[in-house]
Amino acid sequence: MNQFAQLFTTLDETNKTSGKVDALSDYFRAASPEDSAWALFFLTGRRLKQAVPTKLLRAWAMEQAGIPDWLFQESYDAVGDLAETIALLLPPPTGVDETALHHWVDRMNDLRFQGVEEQKRFVLEAWSQLGTPERFVWNKILVGAFRVGVSQQIVLRGLSKAKGVDVSQLTERLMGDWKPSAESYEQLISAATEQENLSRLFPFFLAHSLEDGDPTRLGPVTDWQAEWKWDGIRCQVIRRQGETWLWSRGEELITDRFPEIESLAHALPNGTVIDGEILAWADGRPLPFLQLQPRITRKTLTKTILRKAPVVLMAYDLLEHQGQEIRALPLVERRSLLETVIQNASGNPCVKLSPLVSGADWLAVSAEQARSRELGAEGLMLKRRSSPYRAGRTRGDWWKWKVEPYTADAVLTAAQRGSGKRASLYTDYTFSIWKNGELVPFAKAYSGLTDIEIQEVDAFLRKHMREKFGPVRTVEPLLVFELGFEAIQRSTRHKSGLAVRFPRILRWRRDKTAEQADSIESIEALLTLSQATQPISNTENPENPGSASRERFLFDL
Amino acid sequence: MKPAIQLTERGLYCPQGDFYIDPWKSVPRAVVTHAHSDHACRGCGQYLTTPEGLAVLKVRMAADAVIETLPFGTSTHINGVQLSLHPAGHVLGSAQVRIEHAGYVSVVSGDYKIEPDRTCTPFEPVRCHLFLTESTFGLPVYRWPAPGEVSSQINQWWARNRSNGQSSVVYAYSLGKAQRILAGLDAGIGPIITHGAVEPLNQAYRESGISLPPTRTVSQVDNAKEFKGAMVLAPPSAQGTPWMRRFGEVSQAFASGWMQIRGTRRRRALDRGFVVSDHADWPGLLQAIEATGAETVWVTHGYSAVLVRWLQERGTEAQVLETRFQGEAGDTAGIEEADKPEAGQTQPEVAPS
Repeated sequence: MNQFAQLFTTLDETNKTSGKVDALSDYFRAASPEDSAWALFFLTGRRLKQAVPTKLLRAWAMEQAGIPDWLFQESYDAVGDLAETIALLLPPPTGVDETALHHWVDRMNDLRFQGVEEQKRFVLEAWSQLGTPERFVWNKILVGAFRVGVSQQIVLRGLSKAKGVDVSQLTERLMGDWKPSAESYEQLISAATEQENLSRLFPFFLAHSLEDGDPTRLGPVTDWQAEWKWDGIRCQVIRRQGETWLWSRGEELITDRFPEIESLAHALPNGTVIDGEILAWADGRPLPFLQLQPRITRKTLTKTILRKAPVVLMAYDLLEHQGQEIRALPLVERRSLLETVIQNASGNPCVKLSPLVSGADWLAVSAEQARSRELGAEGLMLKRRSSPYRAGRTRGDWWKWKVEPYTADAVLTAAQRGSGKRASLYTDYTFSIWKNGELVPFAKAYSGLTDIEIQEVDAFLRKHMREKFGPVRTVEPLLVFELGFEAIQRSTRHKSGLAVRFPRILRWRRDKTAEQADSIESIEALLTLSQATQPISNTENPENPGSASRERFLFDL
Repeated sequence: MKPAIQLTERGLYCPQGDFYIDPWKSVPRAVVTHAHSDHACRGCGQYLTTPEGLAVLKVRMAADAVIETLPFGTSTHINGVQLSLHPAGHVLGSAQVRIEHAGYVSVVSGDYKIEPDRTCTPFEPVRCHLFLTESTFGLPVYRWPAPGEVSSQINQWWARNRSNGQSSVVYAYSLGKAQRILAGLDAGIGPIITHGAVEPLNQAYRESGISLPPTRTVSQVDNAKEFKGAMVLAPPSAQGTPWMRRFGEVSQAFASGWMQIRGTRRRRALDRGFVVSDHADWPGLLQAIEATGAETVWVTHGYSAVLVRWLQERGTEAQVLETRFQGEAGDTAGIEEADKPEAGQTQPEVAPS
């Protein structure tokens, strides 16, 4: 437990990705296969069912700490995390923990079938042996809420570094219902089979934002290829030796989610890898991204789902041609090969060549960019014609140039505590707009304020709380914020009748009172505007430019 | 019998003796528990402190301030009030103020901790009728690790950073916390550099007979190469300033009792948080209160409502006293307090709100 808790602490304290990868790699080098298997299980966000009800853990912790309920509650309010509160309240350990992680987990797994008395004995035994950091991690596992600030990708990079196995291979082997054990772990890190080498994808090349929106500093327009920036699921389609793999940008295998693309790939020659974007598409234009969601989130794809959101592959680039890796070729050459490949597959309605946007000069290209929303795009991609296909988010050759977001002034009406770094601060806000003289919830947003502003809003909220609904507190409607968002849709699930995509706080409107916030009518005007044009939104999550939100819910599969 | 202390808009006042204790506005006569700026304000006619606290208080007060001293445990009489000072263990020279009038003993503890700290005289419990306590860390989740344990964590971290070619920066209060951390450093690891706000207080500590490892300010380092791998002690306000640039690649840590909570630690986005406080933790508060045998407890700055309720449930007469003392900045509500500009001699470390 000690080793694992140490790893957790290091990951928690390290801000740099390279530091996290190193810590993980050190752990996997040192830990036993049994422990490594469970560590991997927990670190990649897999969870066990809660072994002991929270209520009991809380009661036992109070008993051990000798404190009444109200004081536990006060402590919890200050800490903002139950597992941590308990870890801190318990008296110092009386024993020394030398038990391996997998032993604790095995015993815990038996616990669900035991009576309360045995459960209690076991939990108290663990508490009395473990130090504070170990207890914290252990409590998190007990309540089925273990979470650490690393993506599966980073964990696998660490494992890859320790064991010399490719990340994509690890990803593929971990797919589905991976059962942690020494055997499955050994299998996971064993050398790649020929079959596995076939499915290998290339690292995605990701663009930087053109922050100032001024492309003229990029040099002559003739050096650049412009394409629409679409909002879908970025992917690589791999066709090798009669088999097809579809990888998302988060290196999740999503072949079975998109049978249309899989059948399209049958028409591709062996030794082909296409970089593209999956879009829900109807009547010659993309559907809002939300339409793609059932494809990802539903366990089984029904005919209805397939029909409601027909998809296409918007082909951007060609990375492997006739069995040859061609990433080093200049973009223009790759593009021309891509055109040939797509032409040969033509007749299949599921594939489209990403159209090029041309303009005699930057001014003309700007004019095109300005009409992105009309086409359902969210801006332009600018790619240097001479550029190779690079790995990761490399600056200089690819830029995304997005149109300005929609905005609305909304009133903060409810708040919830954040988690992790923001536990114990109210950082998750619900914003409302006016509808028939009443404030109705309109969007939730988590980011966009500076740390100082967050502190200030938090202090304000604590003084103006009204009611409590679970973790959510309603607050007096006094603060107004300008929200930005990417798309608007009608929604029967939202009280306002509208759903917006990627809402985030643009700024705090200290100059406005709640009465001056926007009303449903003004948002609906944007909707009318956008329905003529059906806007869609970012591929990147503006809150967190490093990670596409897509990956986040792919993990929830 | 009635307490000889009352709360006024200038601070705690003893009407019978006509003096204030830690006033937050200027008054003719101020008994000062310690030199932190929420306890020692400038502009008073006369100050009374301990001989140990004199050098430190001088750093913080105007050059012409009139400061008298009274040794620990020695009584003086002011208008029929018996006054004496007793160690509070908070920072060098910090005192509890004992006031006896007409047989009734009141003790104002100021800030205190009961853990050992070799940079100041350890806390001594004083029997009294009325005890006025702080409650900065008045929640049972605050329980400090052994001081030696934290020192060795800091030294290990420093040594590892140094071997990685990084400098180590610890942000800590320039009065008290910085010297306490300094005292635990292993000077064999490398050079120790202190910020201009910290160094005058190091000197005051040394003048008062506290031995500290050798330190240098930036201007005393001739060869810039020496910065690499050094330990740097700086006030929290130095974070992100140009002053920091000279140290190249740094690993940064904050030293505070608030670092006990993961969320607070992570919110500061530093590499490490060391749990070091010059305030009593929860067991410390309870132990200190118990040892006074007080029948009445007044609770100020911190989780005062929590501590009052806990005491009341155990049959002690307790009440919250709204003062302007601040405890340890850097909690969820007060991070910006610790970040306020600080220049040691010219500006207060923690400005009264």
